[in-house]
Amino acid sequence: MSERRPHALTQLVLARLRSFYREPGVLFWSFGFPLVLAVALGIAFRNRPAEPPRVAIEDGPMAADVDAKLQASGAFHAAILPHDRASVALRTDKVSLVIVPGDPPTYRYDSTRPDSRLARALVDDALQRANGRQDEFRPQEELITEPGARYIDFLIPGLIGIGLMQSGLWGVGYVIVEMRTKKLMKRFVATPMKKSDFLLAFVLMRGIFLVVEIPVLLLFARFVFGVPIFGSVALLGAVAVLGSLTFAGLGLLVGSRAQNIQTASGLINLASMPMFIGSGTFFASARFPEVVQPFLAALPLTALNDALRAIMLDGAGVAQIAPKLGILAGWGVVCFALALKWFRWR
Amino acid sequence: MDAAIRCRGLKKRYGDVDAVRGLDLDVRKGECFGLLGPNGAGKTTTIEILEGLLDPTEGDVVILGRTWKADEQALRERIGLALQETRLSDKLTVEETLRLFASLYPRGPTVAELLAKGQLEEKRSARYETLSGGQKQRLAVACALAGDPELLFLDEPTTGLDPQSRRGLWDLVLDYKSRGGTVLLTTHYMDEAEKLCDTIAVIDHGLRIALGTPRELIASLGGTQVVDFAVEGTLDVAELEALPSVNTVRAEADGYVVTTTRLHEILPPLLAHIEGKGAPLTRLATHRATLEDVFVHLTGRQLRE
Repeated sequence: MSERRPHALTQLVLARLRSFYREPGVLFWSFGFPLVLAVALGIAFRNRPAEPPRVAIEDGPMAADVDAKLQASGAFHAAILPHDRASVALRTDKVSLVIVPGDPPTYRYDSTRPDSRLARALVDDALQRANGRQDEFRPQEELITEPGARYIDFLIPGLIGIGLMQSGLWGVGYVIVEMRTKKLMKRFVATPMKKSDFLLAFVLMRGIFLVVEIPVLLLFARFVFGVPIFGSVALLGAVAVLGSLTFAGLGLLVGSRAQNIQTASGLINLASMPMFIGSGTFFASARFPEVVQPFLAALPLTALNDALRAIMLDGAGVAQIAPKLGILAGWGVVCFALALKWFRWR
Repeated sequence: MDAAIRCRGLKKRYGDVDAVRGLDLDVRKGECFGLLGPNGAGKTTTIEILEGLLDPTEGDVVILGRTWKADEQALRERIGLALQETRLSDKLTVEETLRLFASLYPRGPTVAELLAKGQLEEKRSARYETLSGGQKQRLAVACALAGDPELLFLDEPTTGLDPQSRRGLWDLVLDYKSRGGTVLLTTHYMDEAEKLCDTIAVIDHGLRIALGTPRELIASLGGTQVVDFAVEGTLDVAELEALPSVNTVRAEADGYVVTTTRLHEILPPLLAHIEGKGAPLTRLATHRATLEDVFVHLTGRQLRE
């Protein structure tokens, strides 16, 4: 027995790490999936030069005149169509607006469609000017496409946030329940293992993987899409660690009592779905009605996303994001406390 | 104080079901004690209560002179166990698994020693998921030995294993015992109980229905020989019992089982009786009584039903 006895917490962490990185599926969902998502969404929502509105002119005696005026302005794709086909084109999104020539002309469009409202304003301008309206002034225009203001810039902090949430819930909550169903947890409880070591190993494992997970996504975003980090990288890292701890706590809570994997998956989806949609990962949570805003703002992922975004895109410091960090830490403390109180060891 | 385990009036109720209905057990230090019984007899419930993994509804348990309530941590360091079904981590190798378990105990054999005990040296770098059933079970027992325990609990250690793997596991247990260890194991295999156990408690429906050494239990049948026969038609059990040298008679679905201590004295009158009834003999066999016979005698059921 000359060999030095291995250290329990180290071995528990190593066991967690090995179980994790030896599972190819898990690796993909943790590292590959966020990258794939970033590429797909980055391409789908890339900034394109503004396209001229497509409009239809209903066939009639004055159609050619209207068509000539629109063509002269050079800002439209216009086509003369018979009444029926024009209606179909409008309904099926082929055109944004139908102009019925006359004195005055009629604009037929759906006012809930942003592209239709835009087309209406532009067509109206063009026709009024062609009929002799004089502009009061000619404004100067300053066009921006700065990094930091694009969709991909909005998206990347959200993907970091949602990644931290998913890893916490699945990497801690699901794995714990799996260990419970396989009686592996019972087996460990039958040793003199410190229970705090067992739980701490999950938290430390999350912390270690963070060091790989987040730089991969950030570097990818930086070099492929030119996503900037205006704020402090250290602060960004610290917030990510806090977020990771909070979601490890939530994962622990979700996994604290569930006896089978189905229940665990259900609970995890129940916990993550509202945040998936409402926490401003893929689109701003401001799009939801005013009534639910306080609720959304109180969600941990909303707080995390807002904080990450503020650091990356607005260069915010600790002071500006302090309330968000407070929400995040509050969730973490409450989740850990409840999880330890309710945890089912046997 | 040489009791390794002592329990009195052990009861466990799950809802309306009484899994254990008042069990007394005494296991001496250095012996291998077997809990023998069919599936559902309450063996696993009993062993998990003794392991401190389940709380009894009623009753007292003293392990190595201590109670789970007062001294759980100290006891955990002194016992080792293998649960009936544990899937260890699929992705860890044999060596990593043993190192992990070794790290959880304040003292005990080195990883190399544990590998040797489990005859797993050649498999040290193999992941758990690639091991055979016998190798997995040997690893489970090697993990149980990681803290150099004074008392080893094994819940159905060889269920589902092939004969060669079973013998490998028995060697592991016998080796542990030969170095002074105490073992409590559950099994529903007679040969396993006869091979490994110094004392056997037969358990059925949550009650201890017999206790003794394998030899004592077989002797308790009142006969060490068993005559197993069948006839066309039926015979009267009372008339069979009246025959000379007969100890017990039991009618089974496909024949009769008679026990005796004097096989040579029982056969002639038995055959004469059957011939006198005009019932042609369709089967006749005799064997030395085994634990299986003891169990069937006590419960009227086969062990592996």
